[in-house]
Amino acid sequence: MTDTAWIDAALTSARPQAVGALLRYFRNLDTAEEAFQNACLRALKSWPQNGPPRNPAAWLIMVGRNVAIDEVRRNRKQEPLPDDEAISDLDDAEDALAERLDGSHYRDDILRLLFICCHPDLPATQQIAMALRIVSGLTVKQIARAFLVSEAAMEQRITRAKARVADADVPFETPGAVERTERLSAVAAMIYLIFNEGYSASGDTAEIRAPLCEEAIRLARLLLRLFQSEPEIMGLTALLLLQHARAAARFDAEGALVLLDDQDRSLWNQKMIAEGLALIDKAMRHRRSGPYQIQAAIAALHARATKPEDTDWTEIDLLYGALEIMQPSPVVTLNRAVAVSKVRGPEAALEMIEPLGQRLSNYFHFFGVRGAFLMQLGRNDEARVAFDRAIALANTSAEAAHIRMHLDRLMRDSQPRGVKAGK
Amino acid sequence: MLYAILCYHDEDTVGSWTREQDAAVMKKLAVVQDKLAKQGRLGPVARLLPTTSATTLRKEDPPIVIDGPYAETKEQLLGFYLVDCKNLDEALDVARDLGAANPGGAYEIRPVGLFQPGSTAA
Repeated sequence: MTDTAWIDAALTSARPQAVGALLRYFRNLDTAEEAFQNACLRALKSWPQNGPPRNPAAWLIMVGRNVAIDEVRRNRKQEPLPDDEAISDLDDAEDALAERLDGSHYRDDILRLLFICCHPDLPATQQIAMALRIVSGLTVKQIARAFLVSEAAMEQRITRAKARVADADVPFETPGAVERTERLSAVAAMIYLIFNEGYSASGDTAEIRAPLCEEAIRLARLLLRLFQSEPEIMGLTALLLLQHARAAARFDAEGALVLLDDQDRSLWNQKMIAEGLALIDKAMRHRRSGPYQIQAAIAALHARATKPEDTDWTEIDLLYGALEIMQPSPVVTLNRAVAVSKVRGPEAALEMIEPLGQRLSNYFHFFGVRGAFLMQLGRNDEARVAFDRAIALANTSAEAAHIRMHLDRLMRDSQPRGVKAGK
Repeated sequence: MLYAILCYHDEDTVGSWTREQDAAVMKKLAVVQDKLAKQGRLGPVARLLPTTSATTLRKEDPPIVIDGPYAETKEQLLGFYLVDCKNLDEALDVARDLGAANPGGAYEIRPVGLFQPGSTAA
């Protein structure tokens, strides 16, 4: 790695803490971002000569703050810009500041920064765009690319989101314990949204959208380092790692979706799996279960099975049962039904999802799963109806292609034997 | 004498490397490691998982289990090497080579008092 690449990495990693602290000083997002930008410019000038400071975030906060304050003074007095040396004696100031940046303080700074992005007034896509822009520091161009929209459209989306947040009351006082927990869970949900935005990509876009998944993992790790004893944050991080570990196996060469059972498990990323398993293992010790931990535990059971036949479906059924109680939702029941079909057969599974029909009448996966159960039961005509509905509801071309494969099979099976044999 | 070279780095920085950057660093380090291995001087090498997966057991009575790494510092212990060196100068040379392959952070060089190669396969 070259020296400048190292500086880039240091600036990226210092960003959440630095922007978070600058936001606390200035109480204005634009000013904080601008101050950080200015500090980065000075870092690029100063670090290659003087070497990187021991605490890059503290350096950036100090410089960002001083530049912004000098700017305000300059504007007031209409004086010329002071030269770099005159701004402040950084070497003396840095250590003192670093000492004041105690853990709990910057913990709340970063949490606040993340929390601002998941303001309830913002639709999910805007929350994600805000977090990627402000916390992760991705460029508008990078975010636009990941969202598959034009740069102008993304610029507008972010500007609009920022305006909305600026109008809202941003809580600057140090949060109490209850409020901190609420913020933490809102932020965790937003990180999961970022991940899913990348994870729900289709085969032809998976590559471009993968950075969303990677960024979500980075943010989850960041959050976990700030709140080391929160089992749900361990669970969230584990869940993202265990799901993303399968990325290379999820699409075939043509970009078609490969189901879990059919994936080449040698393509799974064992390093991510090891980290995910270690984290869920650690989380379980706390005996404070939660939805992320349960979902991570389910993902862990898949990750542990070296062959699809080795999957512990009984345990997965139980875990989904626990999730149903904690977070009742037809989608969870639908997922549980897949496990039930493996343990107790398609008939029991079908019976389980029948009552969901009304609430999931516009849900692609419902009809895909229903069609598969019906097909297993040999009720091909009904299966075809379900699959047709699924295709109409498919969100991506990969989903549609996958259902079409089932339909083709049904078609072949329903043809007279002679024709099939001649194939 | 055996020297432990303990690798300290800012975890946020290492964590924000892209996969390509990470692979490039590992490749450069492998060159240094191969050289030592050919000379029969390289002991176990370990890269630890992020400190988010760390747990600390405080040896009080009774012992207390705490989430996270022992030291709450910016630079964390991320891995280690064991290298056979004649003296500290030689160990520092090895550390310099490793440092050239992977700049940033620091290496702590500690002479090893007792070494048991162990019996684990993994």
